[in-house]
Parts: sequence; C-alpha cells; structure tokens
Amino acid sequence: MPFFLFAFMFLIYPSSTIAVGSFQDTNTHVFTFQNFVHLLRDPNLIGAYWISIKISLITSLGGGIFGFLLAYSAIRGGLPPFMRSSLMTFCGVASNFAGVPLAFAFIALLSPAGVLTGWLKAMGYNPYFHGFQLYTFWGLSLVYMYFQFPLMVLVIAPAIDGLRREWLEAAENLGASSFQYWRYVAFPILLPSILGTMILLFGNSFGAFATAQALTGGQINLVSIVIGDQLRGDVLGDAGLGYALALGMVVVMAIAITGYTVLQRQSERWLR
Amino acid sequence: MKRSGVVWSWFWMILGILYFFLPLVATFLFSLRAKLGILSFLAYQQLFTDDDFIKGFSFSVLWGVLTIIVGILIFVPTAYWVRLRLPQFRTAVEFITLLPFVVPAIVFVFGLVRTFSHPPFLIVDSPALLVAGYTVLSMPYMYRAIDTGLRAIDVRTLTEAAQSLGADWATILFRIILPNIRVAILSGAFLSFAIVMGEYILAQYLAKPAFAPFLAFLIQQKAYEPAAATVVSFALTWACMGIINLFGRGRGQAPIAGGH
Repeated sequence: MPFFLFAFMFLIYPSSTIAVGSFQDTNTHVFTFQNFVHLLRDPNLIGAYWISIKISLITSLGGGIFGFLLAYSAIRGGLPPFMRSSLMTFCGVASNFAGVPLAFAFIALLSPAGVLTGWLKAMGYNPYFHGFQLYTFWGLSLVYMYFQFPLMVLVIAPAIDGLRREWLEAAENLGASSFQYWRYVAFPILLPSILGTMILLFGNSFGAFATAQALTGGQINLVSIVIGDQLRGDVLGDAGLGYALALGMVVVMAIAITGYTVLQRQSERWLR
Repeated sequence: MKRSGVVWSWFWMILGILYFFLPLVATFLFSLRAKLGILSFLAYQQLFTDDDFIKGFSFSVLWGVLTIIVGILIFVPTAYWVRLRLPQFRTAVEFITLLPFVVPAIVFVFGLVRTFSHPPFLIVDSPALLVAGYTVLSMPYMYRAIDTGLRAIDVRTLTEAAQSLGADWATILFRIILPNIRVAILSGAFLSFAIVMGEYILAQYLAKPAFAPFLAFLIQQKAYEPAAATVVSFALTWACMGIINLFGRGRGQAPIAGGH
C-alpha cells in the first residue's frame, strides 16, 4: 500500500533515525546512554527544557482558563446566538494564524515602536518604563496565548454543549446555589475535558518554533530553538546530543497526547 | 441566567475581541505608515513589486497545490480501502495519521534533513522532499477530512453498484468516490493550503523559497513591508477558513490546525 510506504519513508523512518541516533555514540556508533547523561548534565539544555515547559504550562493554563470563559460566555452566557458562530469562526482563523506573521503582528502592536505602545505613551504610560519587554519570556507568552485560547474554545465547545440544562434546573430545584452547582455538578463533569484540552494546549506550545524564532530572533532558550540551531550548524558540537534533545521533545509530546486521549475518553462517559 | 452572568459574558467576549483584533488592527495601521506623516498604501506597492515576495509567494502557492494533489492521491485510496476492505488496519492508519502531532515540526525536519542528506537517500535538495514533508504535516487534517467524507456516503453500495456495471478500480475511485466526497476533500484541501502558506520550518531548513521564510527575512530588514505582508497572510488565512465554513455550513465544527 502506497500509504504505508509513504508514511514509513517520510515519517516513521526519519523519526526513528532520531531515536536510534540518540542511543549511539557520535563517532563509533556503538550503543550508549552517554548522550542522555550529557543532556542531563548540561545546565543550558536542562534550562531549555525548563523554559519550554514553563512557557507551555503558563500559556496552557492562561489560554485554557480564558478560552473556557470565552466559550462558556458565548454558549451559555445569555449572549445573542450570532456571537457564538462568530466566535467559532474567529477562533478557527486565529488558531491557524500563527508562526511568523503572528510574531510580526505583535511586533507592530507592542514593540517599542508599536501602535499600542504609541497610544499608551500618548496617554502618559510607557509600558517599557514599567518593566515590559516584548522579546522576552513574558512577551512570548503573551504572543503564544493568541493561538492557545482559540484552540481551547474550539475543543472545549462540544463539552460545554453537552452540559444539559436539566442538570442546572435539577440542582436549582433542590436548592443548590450557583456555587454548589458548579462545585458538585458542572465542574466535576467538565474537569476531564478541561484538563485534557489544557494538556493539548501544552503540547501545542511545547512544539512551537516559528513564532519564537521570528519574534526573538532565536534569543530565547527554548528546546525547539536549540534544536533549530543544532540543525543549522552543529552548535552543540555533538550530533548524538542533538538527537537525544530531539527525542526528549518527542517523549514529552507523546506523554501529553496520551494524557489528552485518556482524559478525553473519561469525559465521553458523561457528554454524549 | 442571572443578570450579572450576562454582564460577565460580555466582559469576556469584549476582552477576547480586543485580544483578537488589536494585533491585526495594529499591523494594518503600521502597514499604512510607510510614507512619513500620512497614511498610504506605499508599503503594499513596494511589497507587490518585490521580486522576492513574488517568488516566495508563488512558490508557496505551488507547494500548497502540489501538497493537496499528493495528499488526495495517497489518502483517498487509503481511507477508501480501509473503510471497505481492511477495517482491521483502521487503528494503525489512524495512529499514523496522528503522529505529526506527536513529533513536533522542528524535530520532524531534523529527522528529514539527517535522513536524506547522505546516501542512499540523497534528496535533501529536491523539492519532492519538501512536498512530501508538507503532505505529512497536513496528513492529520487531510486524512480526517476524507474519512469524515467517506463516513457520510454509502461506500459499499456505491462500489458494488459500480462494479456490477463493469467499472474498474480507478474508475470507481476517481469517478464515483472522489466526486461524492469532494466537499470534504475541499475543506481538507483549503486547510492544508493555509498550513503550507504559513509554514516556516520546513521551507527554511530545506532551503526552499517560500512565503514564511521570506517574511521572517523581511522582518529583519524592513519595517513597513512585513506589516503589509502580514496583512496579506492574514487575509489569506481568513479566506481559506471562510471557504471551508462556506462548504461545511451547518455540519462539522470549525477546523483546528496550526503550524506554530
């Protein structure tokens, strides 16, 4: 079958060379764990993982909460129905609008010469005098949020749709307060979906490269950026170490996607 | 819903709208500032007459179209065959089509370059590798779109009817099945197209002319032209999504993708 041939040739085989390469000595090609030992001993590389994980945690939490509030507002918040379909369309666009153009859009907005910076300055508030920097960790987090929260809205919307009105009515008839309804009914039902989707967002930003590269010019120490540098010219000076670094990334992604799948299955028990 | 709930809903929506539109408005305003003191479309003029822009953009369009064609040629027969004859392979195929989510694009291109830059596969400079890579990146969306399309039609009956009229496999696939799932394919195709147009990593590291690497280069060089190019890119994304929505009106959910 051409499909399996194609998948093997261009997806599975190249990926497996990384896995194999990471267990091989760079020069002798003998089986070894040395690359991983080096990886764990290198504070710079561990730091790269830590920053990647930190930015993914922050943007998946922030994007997840904001996205959930948005989706809930549009679906159950008593807004006119057209808001919902517009929100879905916008989110479809925004979650696809990423990478280099997204980076530039935020440069135009919030760089020292940006439009919003100009407006704020005109109002007598220069964010750059108050510790704001676009090309740093927090600036990048702000940019990542742009593709994180729309994804949350798109993925969580069916789960919110699945919350039956009867449950709210039943809870109210039994005298539950709004807080009790959320604490004992809605939240436990939605929790697997919310957590699962946040894990998906985590993976979404963990693998991101183009946005960070274009925004910071590669000045931020993310795993994906280090791999990009390694690919451009062996900056680590050790091919095996580069493979190990890449494999580590795949492992983190695999854990994230597995977690998402498991939680998604959990949530299907209630929401159908 | 209580009154205060509605107020909060509006609050979150307005915040979302601001977050969504502010960067775009800013980019647009920025792109009009090329002439000192007045608003003008000068940046767009300069962009559209820039040879590198024309080259990058048209190559991206070419890669996008090729990716769609290759995707259709590979995934339609596969999805059809799995549905009709080999349901036991279903899990395996679905697993493979989702693999690009697990392997980040930067790791994927790392593997591609390392695999295909030395014998026996010395094709790292060939555009074919780029198109193959794009096909892999768009696989989750394309395959799922095709599979959804096939689920909506009665594959077995159509096949048997065609067979009893003497059609061979190519006729069945391309004259019976393909036209019946064309709407599903088109939505997958436009999504793939949007992905390829915005894709940076593959084109950059396989050193092929394309729109996103050009834009990244432009950001380092100039101020106003990249703003114009960003607006063009956004309009393109919007157009693709709009077309998909138009096709998929009333069914399915909004497409989810991204090459970040």
